[in-house]
Amino acid sequence: MSLSIENDLTTANLANIAQEARWRVIETVTSSKAGHVGGPLSAIDMLVALYFHQMRVDPASPQNPDRDRFILSKGHCAIGLYSVLALRGYFPVAELLTFDHGDSRLQGHPDMLLTPGVDSSSGSLGQGLSAGAGMALAAKRLGKEFHTWVMVGDGEIEEGMVWETIIAAPRYGLDNLTLVIDLNGLQQYGWPAGKGDRFDRSEPMGHVDLPAVLGGFGWNVISIDGHDFNDILAGYARAEEHRGVSGKPTVIIGNTTKGNGISFTSGTYKWHNGVATPEQLETARAELRDTETGMYA
Amino acid sequence: MKAQRQVWGETLAELAQVDSRVVVLDADLATSTRADIVADKAPHAFIQIGIAEQNMVGMAFGMSTLGYRPWLSTFGVFLTHRALDQIRMLVSQTKAPVRIAAAYSGLLNGSSGKTHQDIEDLAIMRAMPNMTVLAPADEFEAAAIIRWAAEHDGPVYIRFARDAVRPVFDASYTFVPAQPVELLAGPDITLISTGVQTSRTFEAAQLLAADGIQAQLIHLPSIKPLDEAALLSTVGDAKHVITVEDHSRIGGLGGLIAEIAATAGSFRVTRIGLDDRWAESAPNDFLLDKYGLSPERVADSIRGALKQSG
Repeated sequence: MSLSIENDLTTANLANIAQEARWRVIETVTSSKAGHVGGPLSAIDMLVALYFHQMRVDPASPQNPDRDRFILSKGHCAIGLYSVLALRGYFPVAELLTFDHGDSRLQGHPDMLLTPGVDSSSGSLGQGLSAGAGMALAAKRLGKEFHTWVMVGDGEIEEGMVWETIIAAPRYGLDNLTLVIDLNGLQQYGWPAGKGDRFDRSEPMGHVDLPAVLGGFGWNVISIDGHDFNDILAGYARAEEHRGVSGKPTVIIGNTTKGNGISFTSGTYKWHNGVATPEQLETARAELRDTETGMYA
Repeated sequence: MKAQRQVWGETLAELAQVDSRVVVLDADLATSTRADIVADKAPHAFIQIGIAEQNMVGMAFGMSTLGYRPWLSTFGVFLTHRALDQIRMLVSQTKAPVRIAAAYSGLLNGSSGKTHQDIEDLAIMRAMPNMTVLAPADEFEAAAIIRWAAEHDGPVYIRFARDAVRPVFDASYTFVPAQPVELLAGPDITLISTGVQTSRTFEAAQLLAADGIQAQLIHLPSIKPLDEAALLSTVGDAKHVITVEDHSRIGGLGGLIAEIAATAGSFRVTRIGLDDRWAESAPNDFLLDKYGLSPERVADSIRGALKQSG
């Protein structure tokens, strides 16, 4: 297969793939008895849209030099990326169950030397955008047409290094670089909101006018609903339209819900990481149905 | 005499003319590190990152994934300390061919003082998997190491000094990684040194020779990798080895030799280097004398160690 955008899937198809990816996340983390859940589930729709619709990639040729690049800077959400890569065909879905096991290609944080489809290692927060800017700058200098995508979390952008790159990237006119912020409103623990409900932490960037700030730094800013495929696809398309035209990098602020898609993980910081009980796993299985064919597993 | 930074700027400018993979990323210290020579002579290869060392490392890594062989230009402290996590995560772990050119390493940094004195870098960098750690003695070895590193397919850390020293090599020198270089043969005591401190140790050995003490002097440009068998063979049946370095006595060259002695050597080790304390800003001669790294002070320390060992 050559590198081309997969555009024959409907948004309903994409939503079903995302539901299966969610199932693979909770199933794998439960099986491995360790891992993150909330972040992968807030990011998963945007990841599915990238790998099943937007990016020019070829799972049979993961090192193709002209492929679009993706960096999961919030590396602790690796199982979300692995689930999408597996469903996309980079490696067998059954291999997901080796996650975090000895000798596995699927490490707790993404390892570009081990996992097909992983374009950059990550694991220390705040570094991925810089790596992506280097790739985008190299692409510009080499006359390559590919697009570089980087995903960070909203808690992650508390890291100072992110802002070093946010200042630098517009200087090089990196309109072939798009930053996706998974703005799920929660981090591992964070600050108390004083509301007393289970969504009881204040938003990491709740006090920051992100669109104004990022626009002020010289970025194109697009805000989307990170769980609505029509919105996601439209946002991605607009971001790519800037390539070779605007001279500015683009940031997509994806408004999401942490733990989205499973009732007991949705909207609570307590499921940043965690292992489901057998009963909870059954609840998740029942909720994450393919709308046409029934359950995934 | 030529400073290593001058050699670095000139050599990189040359390499950039003939090798399109070569780029120099600068964190706005080009006039100090002499990356400005690259900017003047090979402007296509010079990339200003700004005062943001962590981003410089990250972007260098990103560029390396597309075939570039990036060189980093800033003071050593801002690499091995401020950008340590980025080097560890994105360069060492991934085996990225990024060349970490640490300028102004060691005690002598043009009177910038303790904040800028990187005297822990060898300890930090040699503990990092996949990292090659090199410390050239003079301008000629610096040039040879730069050309070797340019072709090396992996991460390289190079410790450069700000100011010129009396050369111990000449233009015919060839760098062989991992190998010790015996500069002086002598039966009375074995000295091992690295980086530009080798030049001052060479002078110390000459002072000792005037007293009738014939020292063997081994230079180790390659802190890692190191051919331990070759080193042990060069040391021979010496019972006492003295290490001399422009670095903390903790974990650098002295630490390395003590580790080897503990597992495979039949000699005891005396470590000459910097005390475990902060230094200060002052002219070079003052610092070398006060902190024990001038040829005279090194010779004194060696005489003392010999007296102790009887």
